[in-house]
Amino acid sequence: MSIELTTEAVELTGAEITIRCLQEEGVSHIFGYPGGAVLFLYDELFKQDKVRHILVRHEQAALHAADGYARSSKKVGVALVTSGPGVTNAVTGIATAYMDSIPLVIISGQVPTAAIGQDAFQEVDTVGITRPCVKHNFLVKDITELAPTIKKAFYIASTGRPGPVLVDIPKDVTQQKAAFHYPASISMRSYAPVTNGNTRQIKKAVQMILNAKRPMIYSGGGVILNDAAAELTELVRMLDFPCTNTLMGLGGYPATDRRFVGMLGMHGTYEANMAMQYCDVLIAVGSRFDDRVIGNPKHFYSEERKIIHIDIDPSSISKRVKVDVPIVGSVSEVLKELIKLLKASKETADAHALQKWWKQIELWRARDCLKYDQSSSVIKPQMVVEKLYEVTGGDAFITSDVGQHQMWAAQFYKFDQPRRWINSGGLGTMGFGLPSAMGVQIANPGGTVACITGEASIQMCIQELSTCKQYHLPIKIINLNNRYMGMVRQWQEFFHGNRYAESYMDALPDFVKLAESYGHVGMRIEKPEDIEGALRDAFKLEKQLVFMDFITDQTENVFPMVPGGKGLSEMILV
Amino acid sequence: MENEAGALSRVAGLFSARGYNIESLSVAPTEDPTLSRMTLVTTGSDEIIEQITKQLNKLIEVVKLVDLSDGDHIERELMLVKVRAMDKDREEMKRLADIFRGNIIDVTDKTYTIELTGTSSKLDAFLQAIEHSLVLETARTGASGLGRGERILRV
Repeated sequence: MSIELTTEAVELTGAEITIRCLQEEGVSHIFGYPGGAVLFLYDELFKQDKVRHILVRHEQAALHAADGYARSSKKVGVALVTSGPGVTNAVTGIATAYMDSIPLVIISGQVPTAAIGQDAFQEVDTVGITRPCVKHNFLVKDITELAPTIKKAFYIASTGRPGPVLVDIPKDVTQQKAAFHYPASISMRSYAPVTNGNTRQIKKAVQMILNAKRPMIYSGGGVILNDAAAELTELVRMLDFPCTNTLMGLGGYPATDRRFVGMLGMHGTYEANMAMQYCDVLIAVGSRFDDRVIGNPKHFYSEERKIIHIDIDPSSISKRVKVDVPIVGSVSEVLKELIKLLKASKETADAHALQKWWKQIELWRARDCLKYDQSSSVIKPQMVVEKLYEVTGGDAFITSDVGQHQMWAAQFYKFDQPRRWINSGGLGTMGFGLPSAMGVQIANPGGTVACITGEASIQMCIQELSTCKQYHLPIKIINLNNRYMGMVRQWQEFFHGNRYAESYMDALPDFVKLAESYGHVGMRIEKPEDIEGALRDAFKLEKQLVFMDFITDQTENVFPMVPGGKGLSEMILV
Repeated sequence: MENEAGALSRVAGLFSARGYNIESLSVAPTEDPTLSRMTLVTTGSDEIIEQITKQLNKLIEVVKLVDLSDGDHIERELMLVKVRAMDKDREEMKRLADIFRGNIIDVTDKTYTIELTGTSSKLDAFLQAIEHSLVLETARTGASGLGRGERILRV
C-alpha cells in the first residue's frame, strides 16, 4: 500500500511554497536576475512551467519591466532579485513604481537568518533600505509565515492606492519545510481601504457641479489605475465640461475628443492651464495637485474657485491645495455614484454660462500653443511623434524615458485609451523606457509597442537590448537624438545663462551598429522627409526590434513652459 | 499598532522623511501582546497635524490612531533626575522634591535621585526650579496619555 492515503498536508520547502504562491496568484511572468540568496527559488522555477521567468540584464530593468507589465495589463507585476546588490540595483525601480502607485510584488533573497546583522556577503538591510519607497515590506523569518505573507503582499499591492510591496526571504527559509496552505482570502485589522465615497459629500459635489459657470475636470493617474476611464468619459460627455489629464492620467479621457483640452501642468497646453486657473468649479479625479501640475500653490490659489477632490488616498487630499469637497473612495465607484445622482437630478447646469466658458476656452485653444516649424530642414522631434501617431493609427503602447522627448510624446501622441501611455511621471526615472516596454510587450504579445526615448536616457538601460533579443520582443525604439540632455539644456538656456554644464552628450555610440551588434535592426534618419517612410518600414518588421535613431534639432525646446515657482497662467509660450 | 519588529522605525522614518517633528515618543506592548501603544508628541499647524494623521493611518501596522489633544485627556511623563545634594543643597533638594510630589529613590553622600511624574511641562518646571549646575543626569520617558472619562481607544 502506498502512502498516498495520508490526509496530512504536503510539506514543501520555502522555495517551493514561494513558487506555488505565485502560481496560486495566477502570476504568468516574473522578471528577475539570479544570485546566491535566491538559488533555491530559481531551482524551483526551473522545475515548473506555469510561471515564466524573464531574465533581464540588470535588476533595475527587472523592476521597470514588471512595472510596465503591471501598468499595461491591470495585473500585479512581479520581480525576483537576489540579496545585497540585487536589491540596491532594484531600488530605483521600486521607487519609480512607488511614486506612480504601481502594484508590484518584489521577492528578494536575503542572507540566511543566522547571518543577518553579521555583515555577511551580499547582505544589506533590505527592509530598511526599501522602507521609504514601498507601500509595505516584510522580512519572513518563520517559514510558516511565508504563504500568508505572500498573500498579504499581493493584497496590499493591488488594493486601495496600489503600490510596490517587497517580501524579503532569507536563504535558509527557502530551504526549510512547512505544510503548504495558501489562504483564499485575507483580512487585516490594520488595513481596510475604503471604496465607496461618502454619500453626503457626493451630494454636495452634485450641487456644486450644477451651480458651476466655468467648470473644469482634471484627472490623473488614479483614473487609469482604478480603470475608471469609462466612467470619467461618461461624466465629461454627459456634462459637456472641458477635461484635462495629467501626465499620469493621459488616456483617461479620449484625447481626440473636442472636450479634451490637452495635458496640463509645466508643459501643459495653454488652454488647459488657463482653464485650470480661471475655472470656478474644479473637479479633481484621482490626481494630487503635484508641483509639476499646478506649479506654485500660492499662485494657483483663487478665491473664486471651488474644488471637489475625489481620491482613494485621504493623504492626497488637502495636501498641497485646500479643497472644498473631499471625497475619499475608489474613483470608479464615486464617479458611478456621481453620474447616477446627476442623472436623477431635476436641475441642470447653466447652459448659457457653459457656452460662454467654452467660447473662452476656444479662444485660448486658438493660440495654438503646440505649434512648431513644420518646414524645418532638420528633424523636429515633435514631427517624429506626430508621424508615429499616424503610422501606428494611434493604437500603440507608448513607453517613454524622461526629458524633452517624454513631454513631446505626451503632447503629440493622442491617447484615446487608458494603459497605453507608460512613463515614469513621479520619480522621473531615466532608463525606464526600454525595460518598461519589455514588460508591456510581454503582457501584450500582439500589441504594437514603441519606446520614445533620447540618446541620454536610452543609455541608462541600453543593456536590455540583449533581453529583447533573447525573448524576441519586437519593440520599436524611437530615439530622438539631439546630442544633449535636452531638458537639462533647456533649463540651462532659460535659467542658467546658456551655460550648458555637462549636458552635451559627447562620444555617442553608433546606435545603428549597436542595435545590430545585439542582433536587432538599426536605422538612422536625418531628414524630415524620411521620417514617415522609415517609420512605416520599421513597423512592417513585426517580428523585430528596430532601433530608429532620429537626428533631431539640437535647439528645440518644449513649449509651453511654466517655470518652477510660477503659476499656471504664467507660461512661456512659443 | 501591531506589535511587530520594524513598526517603530516606520513611524520614525515617516517623520524624518516628511520633515515632521517628534518631540517625544513612548511605546510599549499593551494588555494584548499583539498590539503596542505608542504615544507621540508633535507640533504643527492644523494642516500639518492633519497630514501627519493621514500619513500615519496609511502605515499598514497602524491599527488605530487618535489625536488625544482633540478632546479632554490626561497625560503623564516619568522623569528620573540625579542631582548633586551636598551641604545646604541637600535640604533644598528634598524640599523641592516634596513640593513637586517627587520621590527620592536613591541616595548617596553627594547625590539624590528623584523620581517625578506629571505632565511634561511640570517636569520642565522642576528642572527650571533647581539650579542648573546641580543637575547631573536626567532620563525622561516622553509623555503617554489616555482620553479623559469614558473615552477609550479600543481596537
